[in-house]
Amino acid sequence: MTKIGVLGLQGAIREHVQSIEASGAEAIVIKKKEQLDEIDGLVLPGGESTTMRRLMNQYDFVTPLQQFGKQGKPIFGTCAGLILLAKEIVGQEESHLGLMDIKVERNAFGRQRESFEGKLKIKGIADDFEAVFIRAPYIVEIGQQVEELATNQGKCVAAREGHYLCSAFHPELTGDHRLMQYFVSMVKESKKHLAS
Amino acid sequence: MANVGTDRVKRGMAEMQKGGVIMDVVNAEQAKIAEEAGAVAVMALERVPSDIRAAGGVARMADPTIVEEVMNAVSIPVMAKARIGHIVEARVLESMGVDYIDESEVLTPADEIYHLNKKDYTVPFVCGCRDLGEAARRIGEGASMLRTKGEPGTGNIVEAVRHMREVQAQVRKLVTMSSDEIMTFAKELGAPFEVLVDIKENGRLPVVNFAAGGVATPADAALMMQLGADGVFVGSGIFKSDEPAKFAKAIVEATTHFDDYELIAKVSKGIGTAMKGIEISTIAPEQRMQDRGW
Repeated sequence: MTKIGVLGLQGAIREHVQSIEASGAEAIVIKKKEQLDEIDGLVLPGGESTTMRRLMNQYDFVTPLQQFGKQGKPIFGTCAGLILLAKEIVGQEESHLGLMDIKVERNAFGRQRESFEGKLKIKGIADDFEAVFIRAPYIVEIGQQVEELATNQGKCVAAREGHYLCSAFHPELTGDHRLMQYFVSMVKESKKHLAS
Repeated sequence: MANVGTDRVKRGMAEMQKGGVIMDVVNAEQAKIAEEAGAVAVMALERVPSDIRAAGGVARMADPTIVEEVMNAVSIPVMAKARIGHIVEARVLESMGVDYIDESEVLTPADEIYHLNKKDYTVPFVCGCRDLGEAARRIGEGASMLRTKGEPGTGNIVEAVRHMREVQAQVRKLVTMSSDEIMTFAKELGAPFEVLVDIKENGRLPVVNFAAGGVATPADAALMMQLGADGVFVGSGIFKSDEPAKFAKAIVEATTHFDDYELIAKVSKGIGTAMKGIEISTIAPEQRMQDRGW
């Protein structure tokens, strides 16, 4: 069975586990870097990106996560996870994992009182996806290899670059598993490809 | 397409805090120490609970200058406390763009009968609870997050443990009940029936429930996580310890790895002395903060 990890340092871990299981894959909560060897794909959940980064530093997670991605194994980042994946962050000198060729702005839609939900069109995945944005970032610039999958108020809020996928909203907070199913199929394809 | 202040948006914000530590701070400098240590949010207030307890008198919403100073100092979410039932303090904090309001028994209540109707607000609220009845009443009023009351400012975990165990035990009891027993259970608890039906159907509370009120050490934080807390609030425990920066980091790590005892031992070494605690039985009944709110 396809095994997908959820980085379990902090944030909406349980919701992603449920979503992965509902999408027909096995979910594993990753708290130690050694566990990365067991999985075919990884979800970086929503939460607080600064907190996750502190804990990633503490447990030497940064390099193993970068290697995981560079092996060609798929990674899906939601909200804080998107920030962790980005190569560039507005107003910060350093990025975190820097795996995806995107420039992001944190809390770009505003503070909590500006947080919102609504229907979203995601290219090739859904016309009416229920998207929940919480103190959400958006993508300011994308690299040439990056495909924009969704926009809200003219801002890029979901994208794919090869085996990397990201969303500024929280698919795990709704019962809508279509984006996770899309990621699970990305992981299945990469598993076949890496095995051959 | 924008729908602000929906249940999903308000409760979802608290879901993102899970597994994390929310720290009380009284100025920008402390807020930065908390963020640097890996706090998922900070609670901006004028005095930490142990100082409120020591000072006596009426405890109110913090001076907006302090709240603003903290909001400008960090990029993580900022929470602030309003008095129970104080509609205007809550509205003022909401207008400032605070990310979460704690309708808190740590402050002197403004209303001895009614809590806020939290459904009216765009900003989400966290409220304290000692049992499922109290938890369900707050959810019924629109709280998007819960925390145990514990006994704030004591550095004594015993009350937080009592409250967490009580809520968990009552949720388990409810989940195993047959449907025709729920109304009577609602009557006994003084809880809204619909909230109990929802909990029974889903097998758990509809909002996250953090531990608060007495967490003083990394082991305390890990204990509360083992008892089923979704995360931890630390009030006086950090900035009343000898070495706040070290204590804050250690509590964050112990919360993440609450079942890794070797790690908790390691992070608990060389971090100095915890805050001095207070035995609950030495606190006069009228000074027990947990009895505020209803």
